[in-house]
Amino acid sequence: MRATARVYWRLLAAGFRRQYAYPLAALGGLVANLTFGLLKVAVLFATVRAAGGELHGYDTASMSTYVWLSQGLLGSVSLTGRTDLALRVKDGQVAVDFLRPVDLQAATLATEAGASLFALIPRGLPSVLLGAVAVGLQMPTAPVFYLLGAVSLLLGIVISAATVYLIAVAGFWLIETRGLQILYMLASGFLGGLYVPIALLPHWLGIVAAATPFPSIMMYPIDVLSGLGGAGNAAGLVLAQLAWLAGVAAVGQLLTRAGRRKLEVQGG
Amino acid sequence: MASRAASAAAADNDPADNGTVAIAWPRETRPPETLGERLRPYRAVLASRARSQRAYRTSFALDLGSSALVGLVELAEVWVLFSNVTALGGMRFNQILLVFGLADLAFSLADLSFGHLDTLPDFLRAGTLDAFYLRPQPILLQLITSDVSLRRLARAAVGAAALGIGLVTAGVTWDARTAVLLPLALVSGYATFAALYVWAAGLQFFLLDGAEMTNAFVYGGRYAATQPASVWSRPLKLVFGFFFPMAFTAYLPTVTLLGLPAPDWLPAWLGWCTPAAAAWSWLMGLLCWRWGLRHYQGGGG
Repeated sequence: MRATARVYWRLLAAGFRRQYAYPLAALGGLVANLTFGLLKVAVLFATVRAAGGELHGYDTASMSTYVWLSQGLLGSVSLTGRTDLALRVKDGQVAVDFLRPVDLQAATLATEAGASLFALIPRGLPSVLLGAVAVGLQMPTAPVFYLLGAVSLLLGIVISAATVYLIAVAGFWLIETRGLQILYMLASGFLGGLYVPIALLPHWLGIVAAATPFPSIMMYPIDVLSGLGGAGNAAGLVLAQLAWLAGVAAVGQLLTRAGRRKLEVQGG
Repeated sequence: MASRAASAAAADNDPADNGTVAIAWPRETRPPETLGERLRPYRAVLASRARSQRAYRTSFALDLGSSALVGLVELAEVWVLFSNVTALGGMRFNQILLVFGLADLAFSLADLSFGHLDTLPDFLRAGTLDAFYLRPQPILLQLITSDVSLRRLARAAVGAAALGIGLVTAGVTWDARTAVLLPLALVSGYATFAALYVWAAGLQFFLLDGAEMTNAFVYGGRYAATQPASVWSRPLKLVFGFFFPMAFTAYLPTVTLLGLPAPDWLPAWLGWCTPAAAAWSWLMGLLCWRWGLRHYQGGGG
């Protein structure tokens, strides 16, 4: 048990280290994050002001918190749906991955989570800090939000990796998964709260969004960290994330096993 | 024949060579003389790329569908904001449709013809850019004509539809002024977005792994271009109003066209200056490209 845990811990650390080989890439991401952040601030502040200073519980201060937390998270959660694994499934190299004495899903998630956690250092925190300096933020004072927020952030990262994993293993049947990847990119951005907070969506679209794992990836961690809606609401959101993680991970495990059988039948 | 020889000699700036041109260049390897001949290799490559994309009909249909969906979701993002308020930055939804339509149509067409310049870092990393040096054609022109993404036509259609609905519902008067302003804005907008891709490609020679940095002004620029520029802060107006002239691609022509009140720093008459914005972008783009190409030391192959 301890040996198994150590293997995945090593994979997590490897994912973390893989990223700091490319400091310029992190800087590039930060510049892009800040630019988009300032444009989002401009248009969302104007929307709040046009609505009379308050819109679905957001004023300009809490809207700024939303913008900069979402820009900070952008480097850590995958909203593009692209993975190396999808390419390995497509060209059959995944057969080599199956030979290793680790679970394919757990190993992939551990490596991705490591890379995502690293991205918080050069991209995530500076985005939030620079946003705070340039525009101003409203953060909660109670420590419970930071504790729950850290858990929620980690859950968001793993749920995003686990959902993208589903696209990759769908490749066992589809071979070319670009269509799914583009659908994921569109749906996760729109329903996950990348462009506007989910509260601003029309009521029916909000219900559609809640029926998908996408808000768990970005919107819920932001809501928990910013303390919007109080501690009870934050705890509820973390529970919802746990449920989504269990569901998405279970489907991923089933697809991996079925896909492996298909690969062996094909002689992979 | 005489005129051909003369034009070749004129190109060499050496009239004394007149008689030797035909001898020095056997018929097969004679450098192309007319414009049509010069363009033939580019046409051949582009036609083959277009054919290859249409070869797998189902795949092409799916690509078209997903590309249209990208445009629709981007439009939906704008619509969500307007589902909460009636006017934003002095514009109503049917007026912002004009801005979105102009910007997205111009951007999609630029993406269709120039978007693959984004893959330059892959060429640089693999060292395959060096192969371009072997051909007697300008490298930038080879790169631009090396591919065309036909699927972007679907996204351009979304932009065109938004523009059409905006034009009909926002009460545009159909007179000579509109007939000049609108095509001028569209052509200049296309040229401006295309120049941004060249600009970004020039910087890739230095950035390599930091390629995402140029996304800030290429894709960030597209996002900015679809917004009413009146909501921008002053630094944003400097950056996306003038340095990367995104306000010129759609917002300013729309303000001029509809006679809307113009914000600080962006007077309505600027709506007529869209060609100047395009010229500035191309100047900067080509300067950066030249600078980058001179910096490039080859792939070491």
